[in-house]
Amino acid sequence: MNRLMVWLPLGIFAILVGFFFKGLSLDPNEQPSALIGQPVPVFELTDLMTGERLTREQLPRQPFLLNVWASWCITCQVEHPYLTQLSKQMPVVGLNYKDTETAAKNWLAKLGDPYALQIFDPTGRLGLDLGVAGAPETFLVDSNGVIHLRIQGEVNDRVYAKKIQPVLETIQ
Amino acid sequence: MNKSILIACLLSVSLCLHAAIETYQFDSPEQEARFRQLGYELRCPKCQNQAIGDSDAEISGDLRAEVYRMLKDGATDDEIKEFMVARYGRYVLYNPPLDKHTLILWFGPAVLLILGGIFVGLRIRQSKKALEAGESQT
Repeated sequence: MNRLMVWLPLGIFAILVGFFFKGLSLDPNEQPSALIGQPVPVFELTDLMTGERLTREQLPRQPFLLNVWASWCITCQVEHPYLTQLSKQMPVVGLNYKDTETAAKNWLAKLGDPYALQIFDPTGRLGLDLGVAGAPETFLVDSNGVIHLRIQGEVNDRVYAKKIQPVLETIQ
Repeated sequence: MNKSILIACLLSVSLCLHAAIETYQFDSPEQEARFRQLGYELRCPKCQNQAIGDSDAEISGDLRAEVYRMLKDGATDDEIKEFMVARYGRYVLYNPPLDKHTLILWFGPAVLLILGGIFVGLRIRQSKKALEAGESQT
């Protein structure tokens, strides 16, 4: 019995190491979205580029990415080339979040516009309904308009391979 | 000496003071109290550990505005919390409700305390026995 007791602290230590090790690869800023498995919220906004009315009925009828971005967001610039590249394989819908029309249009004119649609949400109303905490955020939506994944922060090839692709394969 | 006092004084001066200044008009002191209480109980989704009531994050300002709007529309506290949980998940609740997902959160510490108490109790009894056994031998 006492022999065993000697090993107890080491055992507890090992368990703690296990937790801490796991913690190393966890991002505390990353939270599960409350909208996984839910349809994209109802909205009635305008298209940034055409000024026409946009509702969720106009969203693509195939799996697509919904990218929340703004011209004031630095990380959005970083991920923009990658999204441009991705837009060749699947539609990327933009949600211009809490931005101004001129700034957003200038940004797209400068960096290129890979977006299939551009939802203009200057008040952040749709962003709030989507549970967006800040730009950039990217949602993977299936052909029925149901949200399957939320990425907080930059989308790049690593994030695509690790998170987006596995889920995309199940909904295609 | 004088120099160090001067430095201490200079260090205590804050050069940039920009707390979020928002003015909300409330219908009653009770409504204002509810606004403060909700600001204290709802967690900022962008921050690690701050309530929306004392966070300067952009999103916290948006959520405060939303809480205010809902209060003005006559929503109950529970309706406002449900609204936030539907969008930002349980993470936003600093005061999580008791259900099967939060059982560990609510009772884990008590269970650990009881287990620890049992463990210590057993140890004490054991060493007492050992002591008594040792005394009876001598």
